[in-house]
Amino acid sequence: MKTKALIPLGLFAVLVVFLAIGLTRDPREIPSPLIGKPAPLFTAPRLQLPDQQFSAKDMLGKVWILNTWASWCVACRQEHPILMEFAKTKTLPVIGLDYKDQNAEGLKWLARFGDPYDLSITDRDGRIGIDFGVYGVPESFLIDKAGVIRYKQIGPVTEEALRDKILPLVAELQK
Amino acid sequence: MIPEIGHFALILALFVALALGTLGVIGGQQGRADWMALARPGAQALWMLAVISFGCLTYAFFTNDFSVSYVAQHSNTKLPDIYRIAGVWGGHEGSLLLWFVMLCSWMMAVSLFSRQLPDVMVCRVLAVLALIAVGFLLFMLITSNPFTRLSDIPAEGRDLNPMLQDPGLVFHPPMLYMGYVGMAVPFAFSIAALLNGRLDAAWARWTRPWATAAWICLTIGIAMGSWWAYYVLGWGGWWFWDPVENASFLPWLVGSALIHSLAVTEKRGLFRSWTIMLSIIGFSLSLLGTFLVRSGVLTSVHAFATDPKRGVFILLFLAVVVGGSLTLFAARSGKVRSGGAFALVSRETFLLVNNVLLTTAAAAVLLGTLYPLIVDALNLGKLSVGPPYFNSVFGPIMLPVLFFMVVGSFARWKNDSVAELSKKLRPVAILSVLLGCAAPLLAGSWSWLVALSLTLVFWIVLSSFQQIYRQLKDTVNWKATPMSYWGMHVAHIGIAICVVGITMVKAYETEKDVRMAIGDTVEVAGYTFRLTSISEVPGPNYNADRGIVELIKNGKVLRTLAPEKRTYFSSSMPMTETAIDSNLLRDVYVALGERLEDGANPAWAIRVYHKPFVVWIWGGCLLMAIGGAMAALDKRYRRKAAAAAPTRAKGVAA
Repeated sequence: MKTKALIPLGLFAVLVVFLAIGLTRDPREIPSPLIGKPAPLFTAPRLQLPDQQFSAKDMLGKVWILNTWASWCVACRQEHPILMEFAKTKTLPVIGLDYKDQNAEGLKWLARFGDPYDLSITDRDGRIGIDFGVYGVPESFLIDKAGVIRYKQIGPVTEEALRDKILPLVAELQK
Repeated sequence: MIPEIGHFALILALFVALALGTLGVIGGQQGRADWMALARPGAQALWMLAVISFGCLTYAFFTNDFSVSYVAQHSNTKLPDIYRIAGVWGGHEGSLLLWFVMLCSWMMAVSLFSRQLPDVMVCRVLAVLALIAVGFLLFMLITSNPFTRLSDIPAEGRDLNPMLQDPGLVFHPPMLYMGYVGMAVPFAFSIAALLNGRLDAAWARWTRPWATAAWICLTIGIAMGSWWAYYVLGWGGWWFWDPVENASFLPWLVGSALIHSLAVTEKRGLFRSWTIMLSIIGFSLSLLGTFLVRSGVLTSVHAFATDPKRGVFILLFLAVVVGGSLTLFAARSGKVRSGGAFALVSRETFLLVNNVLLTTAAAAVLLGTLYPLIVDALNLGKLSVGPPYFNSVFGPIMLPVLFFMVVGSFARWKNDSVAELSKKLRPVAILSVLLGCAAPLLAGSWSWLVALSLTLVFWIVLSSFQQIYRQLKDTVNWKATPMSYWGMHVAHIGIAICVVGITMVKAYETEKDVRMAIGDTVEVAGYTFRLTSISEVPGPNYNADRGIVELIKNGKVLRTLAPEKRTYFSSSMPMTETAIDSNLLRDVYVALGERLEDGANPAWAIRVYHKPFVVWIWGGCLLMAIGGAMAALDKRYRRKAAAAAPTRAKGVAA
């Protein structure tokens, strides 16, 4: 066996290692530049009571989650049962942001699958979404008492993410 | 019941493939004629099972059997019939089944068209292919069974991804898969030769038509994909350097190197290890492509349904297949001795130069494709590599390929002299430089890059014509010229045609992105476009806004174009249907964008492109494929029964 002939095998082994590491990463996961920065202070009409305004300022002093969803979003259905279970624990307020959606559709969706949110607000033209750098639904932001974004979940909130990342962080922030 | 039959056929196929693979390899090594005799019928049985299984899934689609999970996710009662058939390969599980059917079809073809080959060779080739089939069958049965039933049967299916509801889906994936999987055949021939320990001219001659056949399918498959992207995505581009496009392009580049290196191995007995290496790399890149598409490790427009868990399986499979064959290569390549020497100036040298350039181009594309993954794996951050990298790296590597292509086809084997070559090439060279520099002036503006590209185009075309002319005039009996000789020239002219398209589009395309209300006009490249109306048109499973745009030149209405914006019931993502007026010299292309204003006077975003010579890109690919077919169908690959007889005796003795 010539050692020269082993070179391709060696190169291939390196490639496999990289591919294996690649498998453990999510290429869509882009760290949000907003983490550690104050959350945008927005006001928006509430979904169920459109003549009432919700303001992010009202949440100062509380640790809370802003979860973007929409009736047209398929992945939101996957996330939904987990949020429903989570809502029962009453750990912290979860505010839903109905993103680029028709109000009637959004209400129908909540009526059909259940409403895990303390309240939902509407973002029909997606302006609040832009402020938060949302480019896919669902995305969730964990915001601390001072109104600073501490964590961003891209894609559905999974049980693992909730257990391993969000809840420990929440416990720390609520101290 | 029918889906269970399909599932059962897959399980049965697994055992047949296992038996064929193990008995074939062991039988081949021990020279057991009785085991080797199983190879051909075994391959045919496997093909039958694959077709039965595929037929069952098609039936489930056609009858809207939503109790099958895969059907429920990728079909819908409102889906037009043709997409209910093509939808079979519209998702992950079905794509794998198609992969498997294609692999079995290649095996079937090998079992039928291999009468001139020694039995031990056929047996080993089919055994290697069967072992690959085992991997894919395990993959399907363990992680992605297309026949899984749902206990909770939905009344309606989820519908096929709207992006896939296009005639392109009917032809592009099967053709591309045929090419991908086809790379497994030269790979299997190489593994068989390594097992055998004999790599000679006969082996190269047997492998050549198969390598060419796979290359043809890849060429057509890639061209179709490019054309599909061009008219369906509405961005006006025809190549995006998307990871998945690259994944199909990589085996093509290596396959192009392989078919030329095989020529040298056949004619001169040289570059044997290199040829073996290329065939292994070619198939490895096909598998890597499958991994990239199916695992979702890279972001891509093709990542329709990805799942990292499946990625683990393909990665393991990739490691076993490629790692195993590279180990075998390392163990056996010491025994491969290259025959004959060749001078620095000879056809061998020029073919080698182009081989190295093509492989380098493939390496550059591979690096760019995997770079984001590597950087992320090293925790250096997130980045993406796009057209700026690929265009600046790929072009300079490919331009010399175009130059040496011609020199190689003029040079004599073994030994030639610079003086003689330049004497032969000088007239063509002078003429192409003159024409190449003059042509851009006709097009309007002159640039170095266009002049250089067009010079190379004339260089290829003129020299091919000169050689064809010489062959017809100077040969005593020109009809005896092998078909593959004409095929080579047709394919080379195809490359030139393709380069014309690429150059002209890149240099002279114009596009405008405008806001238009009813009655507005926009002018692009001498054409006037007038938006006359926009109306709502219902489709079978979507609603469309259809714009009517008049195409006007010199005050005359040439025709009306009808671009659409479709909203499928099953998806919130609107789809663009472009309207294209196409002829040999240019395409004009209209795409309907977003509605910008509602109300009495609605306005729309509209994109208009003028693309000179764009169809030449795909026309060139078609010519390449035709040239390839002419070469693969050359009589001498079929006529070797008598000549192979003595080799057979030797083969058994070895």
